[in-house]
Amino acid sequence: MKFSVVVFPGSNSDYDAFYAASRVVGEDAALVWHKDTDLQGADVVILPGGFAHGDYLRTGAIARFSPIMGAVKAFADRGGPVLGICNGFQVLLEAGLLPGAMVRNDRVKFVSQLVPVRVEQTDTPFTAACASKQVLRLPIAHGEGNYYAPPEVLAEIEARRQVVFRYSSPSGEVSDAYNPNGSLNSIAGICNRERNVVGLMPHPERASEAQLGSADGRLVLASAVKWAAEGMLRHA
Amino acid sequence: MTVIDSQVLERHGLKPDEYERILQLMGREPNLLELGMFSVMWSEHCSYKSSRVHLKTLPTTGPRVVQGPGENAGAVDIGDGLCAVFKIESHNHPSFIEPYQGAATGVGGIIRDIFTMGARPIALLNALRFGSLDTALARRIFEGVVAGVGGYGNSIGIPTVGGEIVFDEMYAGNPLVNVLCLGISRIDGIVKGAARGAGNPVFYVGARTGRDGIHGATMASAEFDDKSAEKRPAVQVGDPFMEKLLMEACLEVMKTGAVLGIQDMGAAGLSCATSEMGSRGGCGMTIDVMHVPQRETGMTPYEIMLSESQERMLLVVQKGREREVEQVFEKWDLHAVQVGEVIDGSRLKIHERGVLVAEVPNRALTDEAPVYRRPMHEPSWQKDVRQLSLAELGPAPPAQAAFDRLVAAPTIASKRWAYRQYDHSVGTNTIAQPGMSAAVVRVKGTTRGLALSVDGNGRFCYLDPHRGAMLAVAEAARNVACAGGEPIGGTNNLNFGNPERPEIMWQLGEAVRGIGDACRALGIPITGGNVSLYNETEGRAIFPTPVLGVVGLLDDASKTATRTFKRDAAAVVLLGDNLGELGGSEYLAAMHGKVCGPPPALDLKREAALQKLIVALVREGTVESAHDCSEGGLAIALAECTFDSGGIGVTADLALVGDANATLFGESASRIVVSTPEDRVAAVMAAAKSAGVPAAVIGKTGGDRIRLTVNGGAAVNSSVTDAEQAWATAIERKMSGRAPL
Repeated sequence: MKFSVVVFPGSNSDYDAFYAASRVVGEDAALVWHKDTDLQGADVVILPGGFAHGDYLRTGAIARFSPIMGAVKAFADRGGPVLGICNGFQVLLEAGLLPGAMVRNDRVKFVSQLVPVRVEQTDTPFTAACASKQVLRLPIAHGEGNYYAPPEVLAEIEARRQVVFRYSSPSGEVSDAYNPNGSLNSIAGICNRERNVVGLMPHPERASEAQLGSADGRLVLASAVKWAAEGMLRHA
Repeated sequence: MTVIDSQVLERHGLKPDEYERILQLMGREPNLLELGMFSVMWSEHCSYKSSRVHLKTLPTTGPRVVQGPGENAGAVDIGDGLCAVFKIESHNHPSFIEPYQGAATGVGGIIRDIFTMGARPIALLNALRFGSLDTALARRIFEGVVAGVGGYGNSIGIPTVGGEIVFDEMYAGNPLVNVLCLGISRIDGIVKGAARGAGNPVFYVGARTGRDGIHGATMASAEFDDKSAEKRPAVQVGDPFMEKLLMEACLEVMKTGAVLGIQDMGAAGLSCATSEMGSRGGCGMTIDVMHVPQRETGMTPYEIMLSESQERMLLVVQKGREREVEQVFEKWDLHAVQVGEVIDGSRLKIHERGVLVAEVPNRALTDEAPVYRRPMHEPSWQKDVRQLSLAELGPAPPAQAAFDRLVAAPTIASKRWAYRQYDHSVGTNTIAQPGMSAAVVRVKGTTRGLALSVDGNGRFCYLDPHRGAMLAVAEAARNVACAGGEPIGGTNNLNFGNPERPEIMWQLGEAVRGIGDACRALGIPITGGNVSLYNETEGRAIFPTPVLGVVGLLDDASKTATRTFKRDAAAVVLLGDNLGELGGSEYLAAMHGKVCGPPPALDLKREAALQKLIVALVREGTVESAHDCSEGGLAIALAECTFDSGGIGVTADLALVGDANATLFGESASRIVVSTPEDRVAAVMAAAKSAGVPAAVIGKTGGDRIRLTVNGGAAVNSSVTDAEQAWATAIERKMSGRAPL
């Protein structure tokens, strides 16, 4: 199967995602330039971390106008699995592929550290290989990862089980003490109603090898492989 | 036309005898533009005129050296056809005036030096010095510098993986911001900053030129006074997104082979890039400032040539291949504009709309800049400050009280408040997390890794600049060795006061002599670096602070070690002698408010043997943790081995040397604390014996306390949790913000 990683001019985790998909998980992978309109036969699309267009306006605000985003949206509408990591998550929010918005971290500063993240839902292409309530150790590295949605939207997201990841204690308890950025309901990642588009602030691709401090993130990409193997790819 | 009188010269930071030299080299009076170009190129910052005679004495060659000093960065061979490209650079003066932008553009500048060589930057480290965090000024500068370092590196996506931070009032008016960048390149992919071939076009790429940073290099070559805040317009403003585009485009365009030479426009901007590329390549260059993309209207040739606007590059392209180069930059939405061409001869010609406005022999700006053998003499107070009588200090504080104070002293405490603002995981190469003795990054596509450390102890250098500088080299190399890296190259950043004062010049000369002595003994070539002088405010200089960056090579990146204990019931072994030396220690500063005494002795042969030993022990896996002893001595080193270990305690008994506090907190050099399972103790002791390194089992890991005794007598008994909490939160408590998780 093939992972296509979109490269915006300010992407800085594009190669990390490419490396994790190709060298760690061992699947085909391609880097797709944002000015292109062809996803190169992707089975899975990744919008990587970085600062897509400098993000001096709002994170991800300009990336949604990149030519490739039309193809990404069409791919998602067909049910293709799309994963937005960090800035990629922000781009999905700005593009309307996921509900809600990101604001500045409540502690204002950029925060970079390994944090425990609890898997809330296992029926998505990016958590299918995880156990329910499994706690993953994943790095976060962002200044604007404070997830916000209006009360009625938040209630709907929760009711439809769209919260896929939450910040938690190492043993899986969710509380403000373990919320690194002030996100509502400790939300670290969500999916769309159809569950094929997932965005998360933590970086699974940076935690795919034990040598780097954690290999837990490998499960996120491996989930997509499992999902495909079980014939769940609907877009094809 | 402006008449060049003494006032004009003074504004340009040029001395009357320097002006005489300009007249000789030019064979006529320079116009104002030419004078401006001389002013920035002959500034201390660009010309190294005070330090050059000393720097020449450093060892710069070795079997692994691919590129020594003189280029944008140095490079050493790491095998597999690859080289490590690295350099350290300061941005001290701008960071005092405007902490965020000063630090950010310092990061941007050193990153450009690395990718200009054709190397992809993969890691950043920094060495920072601030005044006491008990002052609002130091807190403001610290806050701004850390945010600036993070803001730039995080955006461009180069991880900040390590460094060191020291707080001392001697840096209150002159913070130090030294940044090291490491990149990886194929050896045959190195591109140099030299112009070649008459007729080849010269391209300008990157951000537009504005009026920012004019005379930045001259500002960085003067002391501060109460009007320094007025120099804010001389500080540049950084745009990491532009630099990201520039980096990707430059690395891509260099792969085409159409680029013959490339140089970034940092200090002294276009003046520097044009004259240095010409003189390195033994040719001339002609440009017309009309073609230079400008951010503001009505800029004069003087402003354009002296601007230090960031994120700009100058390229010499093979004639006929212009289109190839332009296409790459267009892909990244950048414009490559031809501004001139390489010419025969050795002159730099500047035109404005076709009219010649400046013509200078380019070597006059570069190689023929003045070289000063400035007078040096030992300060009258030097011998006095080296005296230390413990008896005269009054009653010694209880060891427990000293331990509690030291573990939370900002210089010793965890720097997580800072490094949690730095993206250290981007790039997926970071093996050792920040906060370890050395940073370790892997080299993708190989089994190899690189360990890096930056170190410098200003107190030691103040007390004895020669020995202090040797200790800095030894410590940086020892940290790298503790991670399993064989030291293979070094870079230095010399931070000193006003070199026109013979006492400061003596400190500089002695320090460089010390770096040379230590590097020769430890086999570490210096491949480049930076000199920052005039770090003085209202006549008061900083501690002389040479900072050493050392790169170590791991053949197998998986065979590394960190400082943290790994299991209960492991033996704790001290490699090296505890000599109980308190001179220049953090203990004396924290408990007695004194900076005095002789700095620790250093036997370079012993140090070299110790480093070889620890590299072997780590690579064989004979030891499970390794930690250098530095600030706070053995007691703090042992405590640090318990921190971040998941609460593994330690019980150790130390043999008395001097008094109990000297035993616990003395900062003797050439010492490493290791832990090893009981069944490997004999192997460690045998290896140490054959290496000629003293070794002693001093204790055992386990329990949840740090229990230290001296000759069996109780000294320190703290819970790991409490001590770690005090250590981990000391800086954020000073910064009085909400504690991070």
